[in-house]
Amino acid sequence: MSGQISVEAFLQQHIPDSHSYNELYTEQGNIRATWESFFSSWQGMGHTEIQNRTNDILRLLKENGVAYNIYNDPSGENRPWELDPIPQIISATDWAIINNGLVQRATLFNLLLKDIYGPQTLIKEGIIPQELIYMHPGFLRSCMHINLPAQQHLVIYAADMARGSDGRLWIISDRTQAPSGYGYALENRFAMSSVLPELFSNLQVRRLSPFFDSLQQALHSIAPNTNDTPRIVILTPGPENETYFEHSYLSGFLGITLVQGNDLMVKDNFVWLKTIDGLERVDVILRRMDDVYCDPLELKSDSLLGVPGLLHVVRKGNVAIANPLGSSIIENAGLMPFLHLAARHLLSEDLIVPSIATWWCGQPREMQYVIDNLPHLVIRRIFRQTAGTRTAIDGASLSAAEAATLIRKIKANPHLYTGQEKINFSSTPSWVNGKIESRNSLIRGFLVKKEDSFVAMPGALTRTNYTKSSFVISNQTGGISKDTWVISSGEDHVQPVKFQLQTSGSYNLIQKESLPSHTAENLFWAGRYTDRLINNARLLRTVMQFVMHNQQPSQATANATKKILLAALTHCTYSYPGFTGNENTEQYQQLLNNPWNEFLQTQYDENKSGGLSQNLVLFKKSVYNVRSFLSADSWRVVDQLGETWQRAKSQPHHEPASMINDIDNLNTSMFAFLGMNRESARREQEWAILDLGRKLEQSLFIIRILQQVLYKRQETQTEYELLEAILAATQSMVTYRYTFRDHLQLPLVLELLMLDMNYPKSLAYLIDKIRLHVSTLPKQGKTQTLSEPERLMLEAHTLLSLSNGLVLSKLEGSGEEYVPLSKLLVKLNELLLETNAVISKTYFKHTLSQQQLFVTRVL
Amino acid sequence: MLYSIKHTTTYTYQETVPLCHNLATLAPRDTPSQICRSFSLDISPVAGIVDEYTDFFGNRVFYFVVEQEHEMLSVTTSSIVERKTPEWKLTAKNLQSWESVRDLLQSSTGKYMHEKQFVFPADITVATEAIQQYAAQSFTPQRPLMEAAGDLMQRIYTDFTYTPGFTTVSTPLSVVMGERKGVCQDFAHLGIACMQSMGLAARYISGYLESIPPPGKEKLTGSDASHAWFSVFIPEMGWVDFDPTNNKLPDEQYIVIGWGRNYFDIVPLRGVIMSSDLHQLSIAVDVKRLTGSRE
Repeated sequence: MSGQISVEAFLQQHIPDSHSYNELYTEQGNIRATWESFFSSWQGMGHTEIQNRTNDILRLLKENGVAYNIYNDPSGENRPWELDPIPQIISATDWAIINNGLVQRATLFNLLLKDIYGPQTLIKEGIIPQELIYMHPGFLRSCMHINLPAQQHLVIYAADMARGSDGRLWIISDRTQAPSGYGYALENRFAMSSVLPELFSNLQVRRLSPFFDSLQQALHSIAPNTNDTPRIVILTPGPENETYFEHSYLSGFLGITLVQGNDLMVKDNFVWLKTIDGLERVDVILRRMDDVYCDPLELKSDSLLGVPGLLHVVRKGNVAIANPLGSSIIENAGLMPFLHLAARHLLSEDLIVPSIATWWCGQPREMQYVIDNLPHLVIRRIFRQTAGTRTAIDGASLSAAEAATLIRKIKANPHLYTGQEKINFSSTPSWVNGKIESRNSLIRGFLVKKEDSFVAMPGALTRTNYTKSSFVISNQTGGISKDTWVISSGEDHVQPVKFQLQTSGSYNLIQKESLPSHTAENLFWAGRYTDRLINNARLLRTVMQFVMHNQQPSQATANATKKILLAALTHCTYSYPGFTGNENTEQYQQLLNNPWNEFLQTQYDENKSGGLSQNLVLFKKSVYNVRSFLSADSWRVVDQLGETWQRAKSQPHHEPASMINDIDNLNTSMFAFLGMNRESARREQEWAILDLGRKLEQSLFIIRILQQVLYKRQETQTEYELLEAILAATQSMVTYRYTFRDHLQLPLVLELLMLDMNYPKSLAYLIDKIRLHVSTLPKQGKTQTLSEPERLMLEAHTLLSLSNGLVLSKLEGSGEEYVPLSKLLVKLNELLLETNAVISKTYFKHTLSQQQLFVTRVL
Repeated sequence: MLYSIKHTTTYTYQETVPLCHNLATLAPRDTPSQICRSFSLDISPVAGIVDEYTDFFGNRVFYFVVEQEHEMLSVTTSSIVERKTPEWKLTAKNLQSWESVRDLLQSSTGKYMHEKQFVFPADITVATEAIQQYAAQSFTPQRPLMEAAGDLMQRIYTDFTYTPGFTTVSTPLSVVMGERKGVCQDFAHLGIACMQSMGLAARYISGYLESIPPPGKEKLTGSDASHAWFSVFIPEMGWVDFDPTNNKLPDEQYIVIGWGRNYFDIVPLRGVIMSSDLHQLSIAVDVKRLTGSRE
C-alpha cells in the first residue's frame, strides 16, 4: 500500500495515549518489533477490511457452535464466543521466562500434590499450615495414600497470569483439577488463521498442535495397563455444562470418546463403557468434572453426574484419571504466600514467575493487614464455591456495611480467606467496536506432563474485559478472548500460514472402538426427531392448504373431509386436544369454522405440545447431543434453520401463505441437513442408527395417518380428497401419477404407500431398511439365528409381502369399515413398537438412574 | 467383658435392582480399651466384590458390589469384641486448663498434627454464634479441660430432650440448638461443635451400647441401634470419651466401631443403587454379653 504512514504514526493516530502501553513500547519509547510487524500488516489491510473479517470470524465461531455457556438453555442465555482480531503477542525472550516459570510451577505442584496425599512432610515441618489443607474442601480424605501407578500425578495444569505495569507477569490463580480453555485456545487460532492469515505473514508464530500431541502422549502414558492401546474417554458433566463446547471439540480433535457419568459403570473393580457391543474396559479418563462430583458413593453423595465406585477402581490401580481425584486442593489461593518456601524445600529453587502478593487470613498478623487494607485488596476465598457465587470480591466495590459484614465473616473463619494485591494491569490494544482501545488482559497458560517434566502450550487463552477497568475477569461474567501468539526464537516449529486443521476427526484411530450406548441412543433419537419434524410440518401444510382452498363451507363433502383432516392432524402430531373435541359442542363448531388460531399455535407456539416449534426444540436438542458426529456444514444448517424459524415466528402477523412459506423453508433446510449428514458420517454404524430412527419414525407416521384417515368408507368426493391429502402429506402425488397414470383409487394408493418395495416412502421399503439396519447391530449370543428385532421386522415384511391393494381395500361387516387394512395396520404398529422397545433395551440400556440408599440413622 | 454383636441392615426395593455399590464401616477397631476378636460380614445376595481397606482415620471399611439382579439387600455383621472400662489416671498433669490445651494445639506444627485435625470444624459441626455462647459457659477461665468437658456433657444431657424422629441425618445443628431436641448423633455433633468453637480437638465416635443391661441396671438410651458419642483430646490422657445422650463416660458397655470428624466420615452403611424406585430400610442391632469371659 503506497503512501502508508509509519506504524508509529498510525498508532498515535488511533490510540492517542498509546505511549502508556508497555505492551507496545519499550522503556525507551520505541515500538516493540513484534508489534511493529503486526501493525504493519494490519495497516496494510485497513480498518474496513479488518472489521469485515472480524465479522467473518464471529460468524465462523458461531457456525462451529463455539459458545461458553448452555446451548440449549431454556432461558435463552446463549452467549457466543467473541474473539478480538488483535492477538496477545508474547516475544520469544518473554516467553522463555514464562515457559520456565510455568514448568517450574507445574513441577512444584506435582510434588506438592504427592506430598499432601502422601507423607505430608511440608505440613509436619511447618512449611504449609495444616489448616490450609485440612480445612479446604478439596482435600479429599478418601484419596489419601492411594498409590497412583504413574510417577507423575499432575497431568494438566493451567495458570491465570496478568502482566503488571512493570512488564512482569504475575500468577493470579491456578487450575489443577480439570482445567478448561485449551480447546478454546485452539479454536481461536483456527479462526484467526483461516480468516486473517495476512496478519501472520510477518511474524513467526509458534504452532499449538505439539501441545495436543503431548496431551495425547500424556494420557497414554498414565494408563495402568501398558500392554495394549489404552481406551481413553473424556468425562463431561453433559451439555448443560458451561464449557461443553470444549469437551465435544476436544473429543473430536483428539479422537477420544466423549462420555457422561452414566455411560460408564464400575464392575469387577474396573471401569466399563456401555457400548452397543457390550461393556468395554476404560483405562484412562480425562475428566472435565470437579473432583467431588466424580463418585457419588465416596465423594459428593448427591451427585448424579459421577460413577459410583470410581474411586475404588482408582484405589485398586485399575484406572487413571487426569487430573487425579483430589487435585483441587492445589486450587487454593491461601497456598500462594507459602509457595516460595515450598519451592525452596522441594526444588531448592526460587520461583521464576511470582504469585500475586497474597495474605492468608489464617495468620493473625496477615488477617489484620487484610482488614486494615480492605479497599486496596481483592478478597478471595481459598476455594471456589458452587457455581453462581463469586469467589473474589474487589474490596473497593464494597459499601461500609458490606465491608463490615465481610470483616465479620473473615473473623469468624479466617482460614478461608485471603487478601490479594490489585495488580496495576498493563493494558493491551484491543479491537472494540471498530476502534483500537486499551483493555486489561488475563492470560491462561496450559501445561501438560511430558515424560518426567512438563511442556507448556506455546500460546494461551487471553481474555479481556468489556469495560476499561476491572480487576476481576472471568468467562462467567462476560469477556472477549484473544488468540495468543508466541513468537518463535527460530529454533522451534512455526505456525504455517494456512493452518491445516479440521474441527473433527483429525486423528485416525487404528483401534476400532464401539459406539457408546448413550451416543447410539442420541443418534437414534436425532433420527426420530428429524423425521417427526418433517412429517408433522408436511401434514400441517397439507391440512392448511386444504382449508385455504375450501373456504366456502357450502359443500358438505368438503366439510366432512375437513373434519377428518383436522382430527388426523391432532392425532398424528399428538397436539391434543386440538381438533378432537365433541363435534356437537359450539366450541368445536367455532374451531371448525376458524381453525387458524389452532394452526398458528401448532406451528409457532413452543409450549404447544406436539407443535412444530416444540418439535424443532426437541430436534435441535437431540442433534446438539450428537454434535460431535456432525460436520461443521450440517451444524451450520441447523443453526441457520433455527434462526430463520425464530425470525419467522416473531413476525407480528402471520398470513396463511406466509405460514406455508415458513414450513417450506423449514423443510428445505431439513433436507439440506439430512443430505450433509449422509456425506459426513464418520462411521457406517453411526449413520445406520440415525437412519434406523428416521425409518422407524416414518413408518409409524404412515401407519398413523392411514389409520386416522382411512378407517371407513366415505362419500366418493371426500374419499378422493382424503387420498389426495395423504399423498400430499407424504409427498407422493407425483410418484403416484407417474406410476399409475390414473385417477386416485384406494387400492393403488395403498399399493404405493404400503406395498411398493421400490418406493422409498412405502412401508414395505421402510421396514426392509429397518430390517437391514437392525441386522448390522451387534448380536449377543449366537450369530446364526435372527435377533429379536430382525425376527419382528421379518414378520412385518412378510405380512406386507402377502398383502395386496385390492384385499386391503375390502370393506367388511355391516359397518362400512376397511377391516383388513385396519387389522394389518394395528399389527404392523405393534411390531414396530416392539422393535423399538427391544432395540432400546438391548442397545441403549440407559433408562436406569442412580440413587443413594438411605443411610442408617444413629440413635 | 466379652460381647457378641449382630447388626443386620435390610433394604427392600420395589423393583429389581441390577447393581449396587456399598461401603460398610461396621467392623469394630482395636483401641487401648478394646480388642476385636472376630468380625464377619454376610451379604445377601452374594457380593461380586468385597474389598477391605483402611480409611483416612484408620477405620476398617468394606467396599462391596452386588452385581446380580436383586429385590432385597441384606447385610449382617457379627463381631466378638472384648472391651474394658478405660482407666483414667487423674494426675496434676492432666488437670491442665483448657486454655493451655488450646494453645498447645494451636502452636504445634508436627507433633500434634493428628489431634489438631479435629480442631477444624467440618460442615455440620461449624458452630453458630448461639452454639459458641452455649459452649463458653462450661469453659470458665483456667478450668481443667477434663472438668469443663464433663460439665458440657452434663449440660447437653440436661438441656436437650432425646426425641427420635425430630431430626434427620442432615438436620443442621442450629435447629437442634434452637429446639433443644435431637438424638445421640445430634448431641455428639453438638458436643464436637462446642469443643471446636473453643479451639479444642473433638471427634465423633460410632459404636454400640449393650442392649440388655445387667440385672438391676437400667437400659441405656440408644441401645437398640447404632450409637454415637464424642471424644475429646486431653494431653497425657489421650482421647477421653463423653456420651451426652446418657451423661456417662463410656465404660465397658460401649463398643467402638471407629471415628471421624462427624457422622459423614463414618456412616455405618451407605450405597448407590441403579434404580429410581422407592426402597425401604430396616435395622436390627443386638449386643449381647457373652457369659464366661475368656480371661
